[in-house]
Order: sequence, then structure tokens, then C-alpha cells
Amino acid sequence: MSSADETAVAITGESGPMNGLKETAIRSVFFSCALVTVLTTLGIILVLVQGSIGFFQEVSIVEYVTGTDWSPVIRPRSFGVLPLIWGTLIITVGSALIAIPVGTATAIYLSEYADPQVRKVIKPTLEILAGIPTIVYGFFALSFITPIIQRFFPETGTFNAAAGAIVVGIMIIPMVSSLSEDAMSSVPDDLRNAAYGLGATKFEVSTSVVFPASLSGVIASYILALSRAIGETMAVTLAAGMHPQITGNLLEPIQTMTAYMVQIGISDVSVGSIGYQSLFAVGLTLFAMTLAMNLFSLWIKSRYREEYQ
Amino acid sequence: MTANNEPAEMTPNRRGPESVSTSEIDERRSASAAADDGPLGSPRVSSPVIESRDLDVFYGDTQALHGIEMEVPERQVTALIGPSGCGKSTFLRSINRMNDLIDVARVEGDLYFHGKNVYDDDVDPVALRRKIGMVFQKPNPFPKSIYDNVAYGLRVQGKDDGDVDEKVRTALEQAALLDEVEDQLDESGLDLSGGQQQRLCIARAIAPDPEVVLMDEPASALDPVATSKIEDLIDDLAEEYTVVIVTHSMQQAARISDKTAVFLTGGHLVEFDDTEKIFENPESQQVEDYITGKFG
Ligand SMILES: Nc1ncnc2c1ncn2[C@@H]1O[C@H](COP(=O)(O)OP(=O)(O)OP(=O)(O)O)[C@@H](O)[C@H]1O
Ligand SMILES: [Mg+2]
Repeated sequence: MSSADETAVAITGESGPMNGLKETAIRSVFFSCALVTVLTTLGIILVLVQGSIGFFQEVSIVEYVTGTDWSPVIRPRSFGVLPLIWGTLIITVGSALIAIPVGTATAIYLSEYADPQVRKVIKPTLEILAGIPTIVYGFFALSFITPIIQRFFPETGTFNAAAGAIVVGIMIIPMVSSLSEDAMSSVPDDLRNAAYGLGATKFEVSTSVVFPASLSGVIASYILALSRAIGETMAVTLAAGMHPQITGNLLEPIQTMTAYMVQIGISDVSVGSIGYQSLFAVGLTLFAMTLAMNLFSLWIKSRYREEYQ
Repeated sequence: MTANNEPAEMTPNRRGPESVSTSEIDERRSASAAADDGPLGSPRVSSPVIESRDLDVFYGDTQALHGIEMEVPERQVTALIGPSGCGKSTFLRSINRMNDLIDVARVEGDLYFHGKNVYDDDVDPVALRRKIGMVFQKPNPFPKSIYDNVAYGLRVQGKDDGDVDEKVRTALEQAALLDEVEDQLDESGLDLSGGQQQRLCIARAIAPDPEVVLMDEPASALDPVATSKIEDLIDDLAEEYTVVIVTHSMQQAARISDKTAVFLTGGHLVEFDDTEKIFENPESQQVEDYITGKFG
């Protein structure tokens, strides 16, 4: 048999049809796995919308969206969601004010300044920080952060917005720093060399070349961290309390949307009651907010695509 | 294979009749170059901007350059040629201390810029690089607008107080790019063609008005048309700047340079002389072989 014949056999393949079958099977297994996540997402949306329909039959959407009093259990009942949104915003903005500067500086340090040995220690430490259960952060806030705040402001309550914002800020630092560092490390050395060659200092290279060149990844990390802050539950419930109110005083307790959902989830409201249904409305609101953030992050990413590669 | 017989050959050859004319340089050589006698050739470099004296560069334990003795004349084009891996880029980077950025790199010996050893403790590499600009092999514009690319050096060097617009335009003009980009200064430098990007990088390097421009194979990634544009440009640049250029192309070195340094495998500078001399009548057999294509 000549070698040409062998080649011909090899490329036609005796088990052609069997192979095709196997490929189809593999393909459908993978497809089903992908389908599970899509179906789960759709299922969640469906449940939230369905549950909310009952709620909005009793409470007008306008009252819900514009009302400034949230009193779902104690009569007279009132379902203005703004105090919960306010609570969530305080935590989100407050934690962002901590996590964005600290996380960005950490990322720049790790990517541009740190010796390889130092980086080898700090990176895993940050990952451990990110892996601690959030309830532990909640206790950390109660037993450590709040007492410190109280030392400076004795009137601070056991539950207060400041401790919640600080602890969530600390929680999301690793997310900002690790994702931003990935983005900064992927900036090619060519660009750094160009700047050094022009007589730039290390600080100038970091801030005026590396940071802008990695901006899309950095902003995406901010947004992901913020949506994490919006959705954060246990730590804020424990630290910031369960008192829905619109207040500018960070030393007072507040309630976030998530904390409210915990409160109803563990209370004895009966299934089908208005209190129970409000859970879905708040859940839907929360979902809409995080979805908006994630879409925004995708948009940023596609808009400021790293062109230099 | 070729490297080990080198010292033996170099010593007798370099005491040729020509070396008499450079007695001044020779004296300095004999003082500092006990280990290495320096290259063959006898260029007349009356007022060198850069002088390399017994310069060794190591990457970790491997030595990439051995006792480089060389001087770079002012406002001329000096070409560094030689086979791949012979240390041309390493030498170029040791002039403006870009080697500092490579963790494993270590420099021994002296490199003088206007008589000042740039490896002295009191030398700030940032300040040095403001005097000695650099253009890299691969065009590397910042992901910023054309204007901001050129203005970058002005800004970091604090030279952005006067008319930045004017300086940007002048640099682009000198880099023979202004006509092509005049109407798109706000657009990204990355949207330009490779050849345009490299001219943008040249404009960026000369905008802050350095004294010396180092170029590491600036045309190697470009097509012939773009290459010839860059070559014309280098010719013009030499009226104002001292240019040191690494090139793989012997024709290019012959076309554009006044002095040529030939590095050969192992990191030795074998011969340094006027470009015509190197290409018409080199003293070293190895250099002749390399230039006529018999080497490596
Ligand atoms: N960053 C580095 N780390 C370790 N070794 C290096 C480094 N850069 C260069 N070298 C080594 O130093 C020697 C000289 O390299 P260099 O890049 O200076 O050569 P070159 O003449 O510029 O070559 P080419 O023409 O291919 O660009 C080579 O053996 C190379 O492997
Ligand atoms: Mg090179």
C-alpha cells in the first residue's frame, strides 16, 4: 500500500458517521449546560415579575417609586421604596469612596511598583480577603469598626450607616484591585518604555500612560465592585441595621433593599400577604439596578476597547 | 566558533599605520582599556558627545557586551550593525540607561555624556533620558490622540508652558508627518499606518528637543516606501541632532550613516570607523565577511 493511499484513508475516516454522532452529543451536552444558566436567569426574572404583579395590584407604582415612607408591617402601612433605595445608595457611594481610591492605588502598586516577591504575598492575601464570608465582615463591623467610630462620635448607634459603608468598602477593595491590576498588567511594556524614554518618572508612567491605557478594564472593575456593593446583604444588615429612613446622618441606622429582604425572609409574614409580595417588588428593583450597572460595564468595555494590542 | 580567535587577531591588526592619527583617543584607551584593546578602525571623532569606555553589560551571569570602546560624534549619524543577538540594542539602551528597567541587567565600565559618566551615583536617569530621546523598533504610540502623543514628552518635561501647538506642529513637520495628519490631530495615534506611527514616534521623541536621538531598528517593521521616508528623515535630523541608529540592513547603514560600528557575535565591538571605510575597506576580515554576507 502506498503512503498516498494511507493518507486518503486517514482523511476520509471509516468511522465518519460515528464521529459525527459523537460531536453532536458533545455539542448538545455543552449546549445544555449553557442553557441551564440562561433558563435560571429567565426563571428568576419570571418569579420576580410574577410576584410583583400581585404587589402592584394593591400599591400603585407611583406611590412605590415616589413614596418616602417605608412601613410594610406596622400600620398604617406605607410602601414608598425611596428610603430603601437611599440606604442602598449610601452604602454603595460610601463604599465606592473607600474602595475605588484604595483599590486603584493597590492595583497601581502591584502592577507598577511592587517587587515580584512582594506581589507574590499581596495578591493571594487579597484573594483570601475576597473569599471571607460576608457575615464575618458584618461581625467585624459590629465588633471593631463601630466601636472605633463610637470613640470619635459617642452618639453613634450600634447599627449605623457609616460602619456598613466602611465594611462594604473594605470587602470590595480586592475586587477593584485585582481586576484593575489585571487590566494594568496587560498594558504592553512598549508603552512604558516609550514614556520612560521620554524622561517620564515612574509615577508619570503609571498615572498618565498605564492607567489611561487600562481605563476600560479599570472602570469595569469599579462597576462590578459597585454592583457587588448594591447587592451586598449580610454585612450591611448586621452593620447598618434595619431602620428604613432617608437621612444624611451616617451615624444613624438605615436599611438597604437587601437588608429589608432579609428581614421579611426571616420574619413570619404569611405567604401571599402584601408584606410577602413586597419582597418581590424590592427584589425586582434590586435586580434592575444591578442589571443596569452590568450593562453599563459592558457598554464601557466595548466603547473603550483596549486598542493597543 | 568565530569568537574565540578574536583577541588574538585583534591585537596585531589594530596597530596598523592608521592608528597614529588618533593618538589622543589611543592614549585614553590605553589608560582605561587594559582588558580589551578596543575595536579596529580609526575614525576621527573630534568632539564626541558620547564616549563608551570599557563598557560591559551583563544579564544575570551572561555577559552581553565586552569592553566597548567607542565615541559618538556630534550631529552625525552613527550606525550600529551586526548579527542578531550581538548586543546592539543592549549598547543603545546603556546610553540612556534604559537598561535600568531590566531587573537582571548590570552595567560595568564608563559611559560619558558630555564628559559626565552617566553611571555616576548623582546622575538621574530621568534627567538623562530627557536629553537623549529614543525611538523603538516596533512603533509604540500611546493610545492617545496624535497631538497628545507628540505633546507627552513636552508635558512630562515641563516644556509645555510656551506654545505647545507650535512645538507639536514643528515636531510633526520635522518627522515629515504633518502634511498627512494635519486635519486629524485629535484622532488616535493608533489609527495611523505602521510607517506613520513610526514617524509619529520620531516626532514624539524630538518634540522636547533632546540632544541625541537613539533609534533601534526604526524601519525594520516597515515597507520599502515607509523605510525610505524614515531614512530621508534621519538624514535631516542629523543637522540638528546626534543620531545613533541600530540597523540590520547594511545598505541602510551605508546610505544614512557617517560612522559605523560593527558588533559581532558574543558582544564585541570589532570595528568602528567612517562608514565608507567600513564598507569599502574594513580592517577586520570578520567584518569584511559579515559585510559581504559570508558571516554567520
Ligand atoms: N532582557 C534581557 N534579559 C536577558 N538577556 C537579554 C535581555 N535582552 C537581551 N539579552 C541578551 O543579550 C544579548 C544581546 O541582545 P541584544 O538585544 O542587545 O542584541 P541585538 O544585537 O540588539 O539583537 P537583534 O539584532 O536581534 O535585535 C543576547 O544574547 C540576548 O539574549
Ligand atoms: Mg536589537
